[in-house]
Amino acid sequence: MQWETVIGLEVHVQLATQSKIFSGASTAFGAEPNTQACAIDLAMPGTLPVPNEQAFRDAIMFGLAIDADIARTSMFERKNYFYPDLPKAYQTTQLEKPIVGRGHVDIELADGSKKSIRIHHAHLEEDAGKSLHEGSFEIHGHGMTGIDLNRAGTPLIEIVSEPDMRNAEEAVAFARKLHSIVTSLGICDGNMSQGSMRFDVNISVRPKGSDTFGTRTETKNLNSFKFMEDAIALEVERQIDLIEDGGKVIQETRLYNGDTKQARAMRSKEEANDYRYFPCPDLLPIVFEDDYIEQIRQSLPELPDARRDRFIEQYGLSRYDANSLSGDAAVAQFFQTAAAGSDAKLAANWIMGELSARLNAEDRVIQDSPVSADQLAGMIARLKDGTISSKMAKQVFDAMWNGEGDADGIIEARGLKQVSDSGAIEALVDDVIANSPQQVDNYRNADDAKRPKMLGYFVGQIMKASKGQANPQQVNDVLLEKLNALL
Amino acid sequence: MTIERADIEKLAELARIELNDATITETTRSIADVLALVDQLQAANTEGVTPMAHPTDAVQRLRPDVVTETNQREAFQAIAPAVEEGLYLVPKVID
Repeated sequence: MQWETVIGLEVHVQLATQSKIFSGASTAFGAEPNTQACAIDLAMPGTLPVPNEQAFRDAIMFGLAIDADIARTSMFERKNYFYPDLPKAYQTTQLEKPIVGRGHVDIELADGSKKSIRIHHAHLEEDAGKSLHEGSFEIHGHGMTGIDLNRAGTPLIEIVSEPDMRNAEEAVAFARKLHSIVTSLGICDGNMSQGSMRFDVNISVRPKGSDTFGTRTETKNLNSFKFMEDAIALEVERQIDLIEDGGKVIQETRLYNGDTKQARAMRSKEEANDYRYFPCPDLLPIVFEDDYIEQIRQSLPELPDARRDRFIEQYGLSRYDANSLSGDAAVAQFFQTAAAGSDAKLAANWIMGELSARLNAEDRVIQDSPVSADQLAGMIARLKDGTISSKMAKQVFDAMWNGEGDADGIIEARGLKQVSDSGAIEALVDDVIANSPQQVDNYRNADDAKRPKMLGYFVGQIMKASKGQANPQQVNDVLLEKLNALL
Repeated sequence: MTIERADIEKLAELARIELNDATITETTRSIADVLALVDQLQAANTEGVTPMAHPTDAVQRLRPDVVTETNQREAFQAIAPAVEEGLYLVPKVID
């Protein structure tokens, strides 16, 4: 039987505010455990939450960016459940009146086709703390779990899509587009390894052509696009195998482990989820006037689609290159800085080629690139004016990556200047021709068709004599001219 | 709406409240009384009335995004049952 996959996503986006959604504690990542968890975050008796205006501004920006309705009046509910990383025993979240209503996110696939993914709504809520029950903590042998509440109360928007995706490629394209939108808006740092964006994927399968949905499972907390792709493939295969073997998919929550590439069902709870939502009595309705929303609309920064079109227009990039460079706000900024000081196409090639390969290999984001955009521009400028060859540029790039400074200094220090002086190159060519009578004879006696291949020997000798510094293009030109003169 | 003993038992379980047999009977009766009152309220005609989000007719004030809290971990952890390396310790949790 032919199967069709149906995918919907719930995405948690940590907002890049300074302070928490309901308290004045810092949200900075990486602090000592529990040093950023104040009385409100710890649910001390007698405390009251006061919402952070910036979290609402961020959510409204997101809503406007996806063409969604913004709620003039929104409110908070309590979602009740017991877990040690949730000291209040409820999460303050939005259910009935979320801040962002229906919208859509448009994606572009590898074959150039486009699709619009509907957003059901997006709401504001608080993050929970972290439980440490693995690894280093367990060596203490007391069998207890450690709780760090620094993250408790960090503002999140949860974005809920409609089940509009039909395969992993669409789901990943959607996730990447969301990443691109929130980083372009500056409302999230987009750092997936620090959990700034987390994806829950709802997956079901159905016979192709069917218009009813199969039973879905939810794979939770995926924090990389690669994991998401792998987890979807694995779950789709599991469900199809299960059904084809006469079994039934059970609605359950699953956890995917990116290291072992395996997934398992979470321990099924004896009680079905019953969160007993009710309006939070501590928080009044939150009301925004049209003017306020309009002001935010006016201040929206450039969004990914507009940026891609501008890159094509302004820099003459291909659609593919423009898509690659405009998606991530930090990459786009890097490219623009590098292009401004050098050459747009060369900058695009170096960023998508050498730089991104190096960053990937070391699992770094472009914000942490050891080579700055200005340094890259400096190197490209020397490549463009012929000071260095592309081979030398690789050496210069390596040196810059290792912190040896700017291109000009490295070129000077390593004597990497390309010889482009035509007199010097002619002398090198003459020397090699004079010292290779046998090869010259062979060249003269060869067929026209075979001659181009025979140039390699001469070029090699000349480059060797110049210690790799002769301009290769010039060497080719002069060599060909001189050899052909001997015919 | 009627409420049964089983509903109270389930709610108690969800709320992690331990109720003994006598209390369950008593609680079931009290909550049934409250629901009876709610039934009376339900009889009122509310057509065209927007549900209230909050009993007071006021709007939430927001605060600027500024860090105002300082680290008081020591004070908070002084009253915690168990702490280690800055973490609060709880009985082991498994997903």
